[in-house]
Amino acid sequence: MEEQKLSFVGKSFERKDGLIKAEGRAMYAADREFARMLYAAAVRNPRPRIKILGISDEKAKKVPGYVTLVTYKDIKGQNAWPVLDLDYPFLPEKIARFAGETVALVVAETQRAAKKAASLVEIEYEELPNIQDPLEALKPDAPEIGGTTDMKNVYAHFTIQKGDVDKAFEEAAYKVEGTFKTNYQVHGYLETQGSIAIPETDGGVTIHSTTQCPYYVVDGVAAALGITYNKVKVIQTVTGGGFGGKEEVPALVAAHAAICAAKVGRPVKLIYSRKEDFQCMSKRHPGWAHIEYSADKEGHLTGCRVKYVLDAGAYSTITAIVLFRGTVHSTGPYKIPNIDVKTFGAATSKVPCGAFRGFGQPQINFAQESLIDELAEKIGMDPIEFRLKNLLNPGELTATGQKLTSSCGLSELVEAVRKKSGWDKKVNLHEKKGHIAKGIGISTCYYGVGLGAKGRFLDRAGAMVNIYKDGSVGVSVGNAEMGQGALTVFAQIASETLNAPMDLVKTEEVDSSRVPDSGPTVASRGTLMGGNAIIQAASPLRERLFKVALDMLIDKGGTSGKMIAHDGVFEMDGITVSFTDVAKEGWNRRLKMCEEGWYVAPHVSFRLDNGQGDAYVVYSYSADIAEVSVDTQTGVTKVDKIWAAYDVGRIVNPMLATGQAQGGILQGMSWSLFENLQYKNGIMVNPNFTDYVCATTKDKPEYDITFIEKLYDEGPYQAKGMGEVPLIGVAPAVANAIKNACGVRIDSVPLLPEKVWRAIKQKNATKEAK
Amino acid sequence: MPCNETMKKDFSVLHLDCTVNGKHIRRDVPSNRALLDFIRLDLGLTGTKEGCGEGECGACLVLLNGRAVNSCLMTVSHIQGKELVTIEGIRGRKGGLHPLQETFMKEGAIQCGFCTPGIIIASEALLRRKPDATLEDIKLELTGNLCRCTGYEKVLSAVETARDKMAADPDYKEAE
Repeated sequence: MEEQKLSFVGKSFERKDGLIKAEGRAMYAADREFARMLYAAAVRNPRPRIKILGISDEKAKKVPGYVTLVTYKDIKGQNAWPVLDLDYPFLPEKIARFAGETVALVVAETQRAAKKAASLVEIEYEELPNIQDPLEALKPDAPEIGGTTDMKNVYAHFTIQKGDVDKAFEEAAYKVEGTFKTNYQVHGYLETQGSIAIPETDGGVTIHSTTQCPYYVVDGVAAALGITYNKVKVIQTVTGGGFGGKEEVPALVAAHAAICAAKVGRPVKLIYSRKEDFQCMSKRHPGWAHIEYSADKEGHLTGCRVKYVLDAGAYSTITAIVLFRGTVHSTGPYKIPNIDVKTFGAATSKVPCGAFRGFGQPQINFAQESLIDELAEKIGMDPIEFRLKNLLNPGELTATGQKLTSSCGLSELVEAVRKKSGWDKKVNLHEKKGHIAKGIGISTCYYGVGLGAKGRFLDRAGAMVNIYKDGSVGVSVGNAEMGQGALTVFAQIASETLNAPMDLVKTEEVDSSRVPDSGPTVASRGTLMGGNAIIQAASPLRERLFKVALDMLIDKGGTSGKMIAHDGVFEMDGITVSFTDVAKEGWNRRLKMCEEGWYVAPHVSFRLDNGQGDAYVVYSYSADIAEVSVDTQTGVTKVDKIWAAYDVGRIVNPMLATGQAQGGILQGMSWSLFENLQYKNGIMVNPNFTDYVCATTKDKPEYDITFIEKLYDEGPYQAKGMGEVPLIGVAPAVANAIKNACGVRIDSVPLLPEKVWRAIKQKNATKEAK
Repeated sequence: MPCNETMKKDFSVLHLDCTVNGKHIRRDVPSNRALLDFIRLDLGLTGTKEGCGEGECGACLVLLNGRAVNSCLMTVSHIQGKELVTIEGIRGRKGGLHPLQETFMKEGAIQCGFCTPGIIIASEALLRRKPDATLEDIKLELTGNLCRCTGYEKVLSAVETARDKMAADPDYKEAE
């Protein structure tokens, strides 16, 4: 048998779910209706941190269609949402810790009645001390408001210790330090959170949920109802965007719907308004970082010190793993022999933060890549030359002492964007037309694919591949489509393994009862884990079918014994049989035509005492160059163009991959420049798209995307993961470009016009004073 | 949710008479009934989405006498005597898919799909009004549609391709 060339992987197939979405027929959570369904709405904490004295539905009862109030007393299971820790109650009993927290729920006959009634429920409360600033929370005299570790108000802390940092700094020829801050980011998925819970006759429940982690929903609902997992079935609805925002919190929303449904014995639908979604669903953690780098006189990095604090909010949720990722990547993609990193996830009395594309990395990448440029400037080196001298290459050691494999194309990525952008000409140009200053800036990043050492127990995934009697193929997976194109990529992988035509392969949203717990669809792990599970399932089927095909071809007169399988056809000596014919023959021979697959990620490690180990199975890489125009009179920055290069292993579907890249870049640019969630006295000020500004078509830069495929042998058809790298490096590239344009270093995201304007004014004043 | 449940005494009943996706509709509705609820809940046309409820995101856009409007900001009284088209009513001139739908699929302009109906409605309104819309026109028209997945690049190019396809197709040329 000759080697099979790739027929399906590497090609730009149209989305499997394109048609239903283009026609408006895709059924998202809010679109689903069930007989006798009721509607729930949340009653929310109006103040930052309160002691609950009483909850009254006297006024709410008068709303026509009112059914009941649901409080913690209605919870039959445990009143603690099982995430990493158990500090977040499904519904608070005595203390609510942030404004917007769900304190109770109201069930009514219509959604409008439920919302109206919820607004009339009265909470009697006493205000408690609260903390807004994470650095305040870490002070010894701060009031205790949360925390799940040995340290007060701390949900997680990590360290990386390597070499002798003090000595490195003593002996350094060059030293830089800086403090950097980044603000929240709101996911802004267009579909808000929502769940429907349908009570089943056996005491179980079926959940229809918008989610990227259906199995987290199983965990949450089973705990809240106090029932076994085999009575909880979670069906993922078509999911209108996730970006991490539908990782952990859909479990909370679904549990609330399930608690209501269990009380009233009827299906209950709970759909969030945009305002509620802003107020109480997860966010990107605001970050604070103080970093120092040292270098020798040739410009080799010798040391790095990092103190990194994430503002985690009122409950721990998954802060520990977000912080872990931030910690591992905190010194940047460089070889640095001496490292001292200390990181903390601090409690505050604000919305609990969680997963968001980049997952603890964008905040620290902004800080360290900004400072790397400052160091290059101090040494008098070109930012790219300086990076190339220090970047990690295959065979070299990361901050945690992990030796990189051959699937590492970082230096090539930098060279690619350098060439395409015309960097060498532009970098010293500092072109100025009137009051518009142009500039160019670079950033690099590496990203550990998958859950890594902190989440290793969840890093496995399942799949089921079922070939029907007519030759059509059903692929069930445990990893979720949320817009990124998973269903299409999974179908391509199944098609490739089976040599089945794409139009015969159907993949669908996750049903938790069909495929075992496959962990979350996060951390750029969907293709890697789900894809490998599909290959595991499809491989024995492939073996069987290929044997059948060989027999059939010989029966039809083939003599050479050399079979080529491609594009859904099997061929020998010019004779062909189709996949459908082969599948039908397989059924005639009573072969087993359905298989399950189970993929377990390779071993990873991390020593908590010194932060050393193989933290992630493999890394993806990016290099971004941003070109900006800064209006020096107003401080307004326009990003004109982004050149981005990625090494994410094999590209399974170039069209979808480019879409992921462009979307990630814009989401990163939007965070860099515009998105600015504000709290005042513990209350969120702008929980809406009017005052929380996201990039629109007019803000979009020009994109230039390059993929350099450094194949990863452990990946499905040598793919790694690509969901997150496009976002991470954008903010520092833009900040570095602003510096290049007008000589000012902005040390906090968003890079607002007023910050740039003030910095320019200050710079000019200093110049004049001299 | 049947609409009579929201009929309140302080709002009058509207004897609604309009066209929805080419079908004539006559029924009694509370005059304050939110248009988006009427479309999604009363008519069961769930292709029109609620993304923000405040007219900021464009997911709820529908065509009212050929103009794109945010249905979340309107009541049923606004459609009295008018012609309403939702995403379910968007078809090619000879039936089948509309060129916008085709190019959105082909060029990867769809990801999560939640914003897609609104963007197709906005684009259709623009191309009806201005069949030779430039890229700048398209960008301007679509500033009212938030999309968090695509970075807009493929959306804009898909609208341009559809525009060119429609310009080359006599069915669309003579239609207006």
